[in-house]
Amino acid sequence: MDNSVWPLLIIATSLIPGIWIFFIPEHQRFLRSALNIGGALIKLQLVVLVLIGLYTGEVYQIQWQVLPGLELKLRIDGLAGLFLLLSAFLWLITTIYAIGYLENSPNRSRFFGFFTLCVSATTGVAMAGNLFSFVLFYELLTLATWPLVVHRGTQQAIAAGRVYLRYTLIGGGALLVGTVILHRLAGSPDFVPGGYLDDLAIHQAWLWLVFGLLIAGLGVKAALVPFHSWLPQAMVAPAPVSALLHAVAVVKAGAFGIVRVMFEVYGIEFAHGLGMASVLLVMAALTIIYGSVRALFEMDIKKRLAFSTVSQVSYVALGIALAGPLGAIGGLIHIVHQGLMKITLFLTAGNYAETLGIHKVHELSGVGRRMPWTTVAFTLGALGMIGLPPLAGFVSKWYLGLGAWEVGLYWVLGVLFISSLLNAAYFLPLVYRAWFGEAPAQWPHEQTLSTKFETHWMLLFPPLITAATVVLLGVFAGYAFTTLGWVEWLVNQEFNGL
Amino acid sequence: MSWMLPALVLWPLLAATLGVLHQKHARHWGLVGALGTAVLGVAVMGLETSSWTLGGWALPLGIGWRLDQLAQWMLLIGAIVGLFVSVYAWLDHTLPRAFWWLWLGAWGAMNALFLSADVFNIYVTLELLGISAVALVAISNKAGATQAAMRYLLVSLLGSMLFLLGVALLYGEYASLDMVYLAQQMQSGPVMFLALAAMTVGLMAKTALFPLHAWLPLAHGRAHAAVSAILSALVIKASFYLLIRLWLEVFAPLDLSLAFWFWALLGSLAVLWGATQALVTPSLKQLVAWSTVAQVGYLAIGLALMIDAQAQFSWAWGLVGLILAHALAKSAMFLAVGNIQQRAGHDNLQQLGYVLRTERKTLFAFGLAGVSLAGLPISAGFLAKWWLLELSFDHQAWWLFGVLILGSLMTAGYVLRVLNLALTNQAQTQSLQAIPAGREWLVLILASLAIVSGLSAQSLWGG
Repeated sequence: MDNSVWPLLIIATSLIPGIWIFFIPEHQRFLRSALNIGGALIKLQLVVLVLIGLYTGEVYQIQWQVLPGLELKLRIDGLAGLFLLLSAFLWLITTIYAIGYLENSPNRSRFFGFFTLCVSATTGVAMAGNLFSFVLFYELLTLATWPLVVHRGTQQAIAAGRVYLRYTLIGGGALLVGTVILHRLAGSPDFVPGGYLDDLAIHQAWLWLVFGLLIAGLGVKAALVPFHSWLPQAMVAPAPVSALLHAVAVVKAGAFGIVRVMFEVYGIEFAHGLGMASVLLVMAALTIIYGSVRALFEMDIKKRLAFSTVSQVSYVALGIALAGPLGAIGGLIHIVHQGLMKITLFLTAGNYAETLGIHKVHELSGVGRRMPWTTVAFTLGALGMIGLPPLAGFVSKWYLGLGAWEVGLYWVLGVLFISSLLNAAYFLPLVYRAWFGEAPAQWPHEQTLSTKFETHWMLLFPPLITAATVVLLGVFAGYAFTTLGWVEWLVNQEFNGL
Repeated sequence: MSWMLPALVLWPLLAATLGVLHQKHARHWGLVGALGTAVLGVAVMGLETSSWTLGGWALPLGIGWRLDQLAQWMLLIGAIVGLFVSVYAWLDHTLPRAFWWLWLGAWGAMNALFLSADVFNIYVTLELLGISAVALVAISNKAGATQAAMRYLLVSLLGSMLFLLGVALLYGEYASLDMVYLAQQMQSGPVMFLALAAMTVGLMAKTALFPLHAWLPLAHGRAHAAVSAILSALVIKASFYLLIRLWLEVFAPLDLSLAFWFWALLGSLAVLWGATQALVTPSLKQLVAWSTVAQVGYLAIGLALMIDAQAQFSWAWGLVGLILAHALAKSAMFLAVGNIQQRAGHDNLQQLGYVLRTERKTLFAFGLAGVSLAGLPISAGFLAKWWLLELSFDHQAWWLFGVLILGSLMTAGYVLRVLNLALTNQAQTQSLQAIPAGREWLVLILASLAIVSGLSAQSLWGG
């Protein structure tokens, strides 16, 4: 079989169900769910097959010339594989959750249609083989997510959607201008480990201008300070959307783009030599501290999680900007680990809200006895975020710390330390309250969703599965089939010969 | 000469005549005429490009026809949009019969205009096209339609007069009307600049380029949706096509170095002013009409970027891309508005929330068309914007980057004004009229073409 068809198949497994779902009448719940879950399962299977193929040295790519000198290119390399696996896996999990969560609510066809388109765009972002293709899918992602953010249709949701689009479209404009300039200066070659700009005699001013435009455009989605304000507002979206937005789709697309630009357009050593890595490093460090501090003062659970995302996603940029192999491992691995931990937290927060009507921090008291399994998952996610061994978050932070040590940037160790303290300060009170607090006589808004379990099974199992992966990826980090093994292989390519 | 070329002009006229004779079946004759013309318009893409003289008179006196790539593309765009508009109109029983005679007449005149190689012939077809377009506006039974049509008539006549003045000056100077011949003979001089200025102003008025745009929102507000689609997507493109011919071909040997600023500034003002108006207007139809004013600005900017000694003509495909992108997206948008307007019985934005929510296919089509207009990927509009940005870079016109991006953001802004309404939970306030389901699908397919044609852009530059 010709390998070029694989990238298309991977997109088609969500694009075709997505378009189909738009035309399914509201009440045909079974057909819609079958399409959703069927598509997600096939996609996951395809991605796993492709990853095995990658190990054996297969090349998966397809290109299509759009304009003179401009190719739309889909290619699955190691980095793409990492992001593909994450999005395919979490999409399946979130879809199951969303079906349970949105039961009996209006406009479900619209919701799942865009939900699925959103994942198509994310896989496109992952597989984009050059900067032009990346920009294309990146913008599509903006468009596909907006209807999800405003899904509830309230004044607040519409306002949040407006803010979201204002940020992302302006960011998209900056990204586009940067890409056009780069295209005129250097053409649009494929992403290549080590970058393609260092051999071309391009004036430094241009390189800095393009860097500024690209990072501004990507920074909006990655929620780098000062481009982050849309993210906490987008919390009005339904829980599965927040989960997907924060764990894979939007924020990660930004972070992933930063990785592509730093590693495979500029090349990290070249960017480091010009001083760009340092700029990114400072931005990331500021964002980490700022997000954590803001999270500390948020009393709404979802908002606290949102600011936590602002902080945590910047670990990715931080790891990249350290410009050393160990830091890079920490950054790349965090793309996956943060995704798993954050989705666990958002799904469990959604469970609290849906089952008991809990939205605020103080309402969590004693919830551990009412919903023990959900709270176990929540606790694992939170402890992972803090970076407690042997959870997945610890592996990320360990490598980030080693990376900072390796390149002699000791102040970054300080940032990591303060950030971990702040993480503990805003997560531990929740965990403590949940387990040891006094349960109220009556929950804010209790619903009986299940007779067997503490909540509907479609809401309960997804976060339990992701919480389990958080533990497994931490405990078995040393084995080749885990994210750590994969990422080490990737980083070897970028820092070839180091 | 292939029989297809005269058939492109004669077939729609024949069908219109048959429609006049069998008034009862005017609608069906209209559809037959439209289908045939559309098929011919597509088939012409396969013909060899060449030129001919009609009636046996040799150059420089004869009536010349020619088919080159630009003409082929314009005919194709006319065929695609014309086909969809015609089927849409055929499904609409509220249209007066006169629509079909006028529309087929306009289509024939437009095809003749694209095929003409001499400026007088072009003047005649331009006048015919203008008169039919005015009459199409006038057949609406809405209040104020007559006034709007009168205003359009004045602008159109004035535009044709100025064009004719230019033709006379050209003939006086070179004793020829053939565009290729004129371009070869063209020499700089005050008379030639006067001719260029007269023709340009005339065509600008017909194209509704800022600041000569005021007639357009007025005419669109009163016209039927199908008529608006024809006006915005095709009729104004015909006069813009002539601007391309004049500036990049006939008058190209003149020193036009200042022209970049002329077109770029007017275009930028059009983009910003049109978008600003679209952001505040209370009516849906007006919103789309003002969007046309803004989009014509992009055409002017594209022309500005092409008028340059250094510009390679191979880049001209981008202009066609712009025209194609706008024609598809704007016709889809107007037809979508037609669906919504007819269903709700009005087009007052504030009260459309419920209607927009029930008309999902139409709304989706509107959104897709909006994506292309705003130049978001992966639409034809995106590639057109990419082309503009690349050329701006080559011209080192940095301020144009700002205008283009700002224009896109404003476009997204006014498209969202509509989409936002659909997502609010506005309750039903009035009863809805029924419209044929086929029209929803039709609009959705047309809007999808605006997106998909972006993927096949390579045929534009022959890649």
